[in-house]
Amino acid sequence: MTSTFLGMPATAPRGVGHLRGDQPFPAAARRSLADPQLRRNLRHATTTIRAKSAAVIAEAPDWQQLRDAGAAIKADVMSRLPELLEQLEAAVTRAGGTVHWAADAVEANRIVTELVAGTGSDRVIKVKSMATQEIGLNEALEAAGITPVETDLAELIVQLGDDRPSHILVPAIHRNRAEIREIFLRAMPGVDPALTDDPAALAAAARRYLRQTFLHTPVAISGANFAVAETGTLAVVESEGNGRMCLTLPDTLITVMGIEKVVPTWRDLEVFLQLLPRASTGERMNPYTSMWTGVTPGDGPQQVHLVLLDNGRSAVLADEVGRQVLHCIRCSACLNVCPVYERTGGHAYGSVYPGPIGAVLSPQLTGVADNASLPFASSLCGACFDACPVMINIPELLVHLRAEHVTDRRRPTAESIAMAAAAYTMDHPALYAAAQRAARLGKVVGRRGRGLPPPLSGWTVSRDLPQPPPQTFREWWAEL
Amino acid sequence: MRIALFVTCLADTMFPEAAKATVRLLERLGHEVVFPEGQTCCGQMHVNTGYLDEALPLVRRHVRTFDPYDVVVAPSGSCVGSVRHQHAMVARRAGDERLASQAEAVSARTYELSELLTDVLGIEDVGAYYPHRVTYHPTCHSLRMLRVGDRPLRLLRRVRGLTLVELPAAEQCCGFGGTFAVKNADTSTAMMADKMRHVLATGADVCTAGDVSCLMHIGGGLSRLRAGVSTVHLAEILASTEAS
Repeated sequence: MTSTFLGMPATAPRGVGHLRGDQPFPAAARRSLADPQLRRNLRHATTTIRAKSAAVIAEAPDWQQLRDAGAAIKADVMSRLPELLEQLEAAVTRAGGTVHWAADAVEANRIVTELVAGTGSDRVIKVKSMATQEIGLNEALEAAGITPVETDLAELIVQLGDDRPSHILVPAIHRNRAEIREIFLRAMPGVDPALTDDPAALAAAARRYLRQTFLHTPVAISGANFAVAETGTLAVVESEGNGRMCLTLPDTLITVMGIEKVVPTWRDLEVFLQLLPRASTGERMNPYTSMWTGVTPGDGPQQVHLVLLDNGRSAVLADEVGRQVLHCIRCSACLNVCPVYERTGGHAYGSVYPGPIGAVLSPQLTGVADNASLPFASSLCGACFDACPVMINIPELLVHLRAEHVTDRRRPTAESIAMAAAAYTMDHPALYAAAQRAARLGKVVGRRGRGLPPPLSGWTVSRDLPQPPPQTFREWWAEL
Repeated sequence: MRIALFVTCLADTMFPEAAKATVRLLERLGHEVVFPEGQTCCGQMHVNTGYLDEALPLVRRHVRTFDPYDVVVAPSGSCVGSVRHQHAMVARRAGDERLASQAEAVSARTYELSELLTDVLGIEDVGAYYPHRVTYHPTCHSLRMLRVGDRPLRLLRRVRGLTLVELPAAEQCCGFGGTFAVKNADTSTAMMADKMRHVLATGADVCTAGDVSCLMHIGGGLSRLRAGVSTVHLAEILASTEAS
């Protein structure tokens, strides 16, 4: 026996970051569903973006080949992730950058906070980043007396509103312009009190505020969409140009990136830079693609750091079925087509990763027990699988995680007893026929099925039960 | 042709008219329908709720029951989807490679009704008569697991007396999703509300689909609202004639 047993890789730790919600999905969803303003905002936003994305995807004759290529590149990456990460580390270091390895959220937050504190600045500007949301970096910085300023317009709206993001790409999708005006008037320093809810006026107000911040803040924090192992190049794609400001103006640039974001070669970007904008914003090409390779003397940030974040990803990688979730390029196409997301919005999922991808990513990063309701937050309609630009089979993963939840649960429940009994009955045709006859005694549940006990009352809250037929099919057949 | 009917447990127990219509239709078209007695349930509810171990005997039973037949038909996209996309997975997960390959062989011979009619029997005009205004809901598993495409619509367009009206946002899920409808009753209801809104907007008398499960859901909601729109399985429309 060896003296060091590494065991299973750890899941994301509790008590830090935003991967776990306060309540199970059905309860959180109930609250969102009752908000007519939210329902309108979501329906409008997802319908618009679906149409836009569908139109530009229809223009690409090789869309399916691009999806195949994207899936194949990601599968290759996952099959040799440690090797690619070491190659990336060597390339970034060679180019004058510094690479840090963070096993989890706590470690990543400590590394970044110390790096910022080391510059002497008490303020950082941030490029929109899911990884830093995941680990709760803003809270960690604030606890150390450092003020993080989100510079993505939607992320700024969320931050000023003391709110939580509800969409991967459009964090303030749950807000309309009237609500955004109120948030700006309440919380934006130096805002014009005569601000209207005209989108151009709102954007101009944010621009004035952010421009001052860009010019006076020496440290920026970003995520990364891609990292190229062979060159050490990091890439951020965005729509506003605020990210580019953060990536070029400050002296120090710190990038926090999930380890799954690495791609082997520069050439691989040609696939993803075609897939991502069409699937996510419905654009042919994203407006700003920023790429940087270590430090360029006299040009841009002179201190460049890369924090490689695990936070449960190695544990996901160890699951042969589950690991395909690491292929995700955070385009959010699955959210926009999801009939559940469209009605509940992102907050119901608890985690910063909402929608179908969140329902399979969050439980894997935290362990299924900590997000047990999420794999069930889907009707398995399959729209997400069709929309995914890297062909992650989300319905398959949902079922896989449901099975994991059922297997992990040690004590029998009313459901597990009923399921076992149903399976036994179905495997014994005589019992099955007897159960069918019993079902016909529908009178016990009353007309139209009202008055069923929980959990079956979930059906009769909004739907009538069909009247049991006088004769089953097999009885009819036997009489022929 | 000799065709084995995979009736599905839900149609057998709650919606026998859809199954009887399937028999009448195929017999009218000159085929022999047999009903393998050992069949019960494909196990989809167990699989989709996470009870894959419990589903294993049901998969084994299904494969054993239908293995002797050259052509199997079910009036359900969802149950055929389970046979085609889940049975081998359940067997493989349990380490039973032999069962997995048998399941694959059975699934290759198993068809949803509109697939059987158009692809195997090569027929679109089944000689039906149904004088109603009808809208068609393409159920998710027919649409995205089986890719039945416009096969049901091609069949419906050839039905005499039938006025087919397009369902807005047709491809959106009705919110059924098996145990989803109970576990996430509020979200399921919200999805169903939009589906019903679209059905009612068509002015149709009848909403049809290839799955009694989704129709039970949509129909249960329409009934609760006393909307006066009925839900009828595709097989029942195709089986109808001037005489019936």
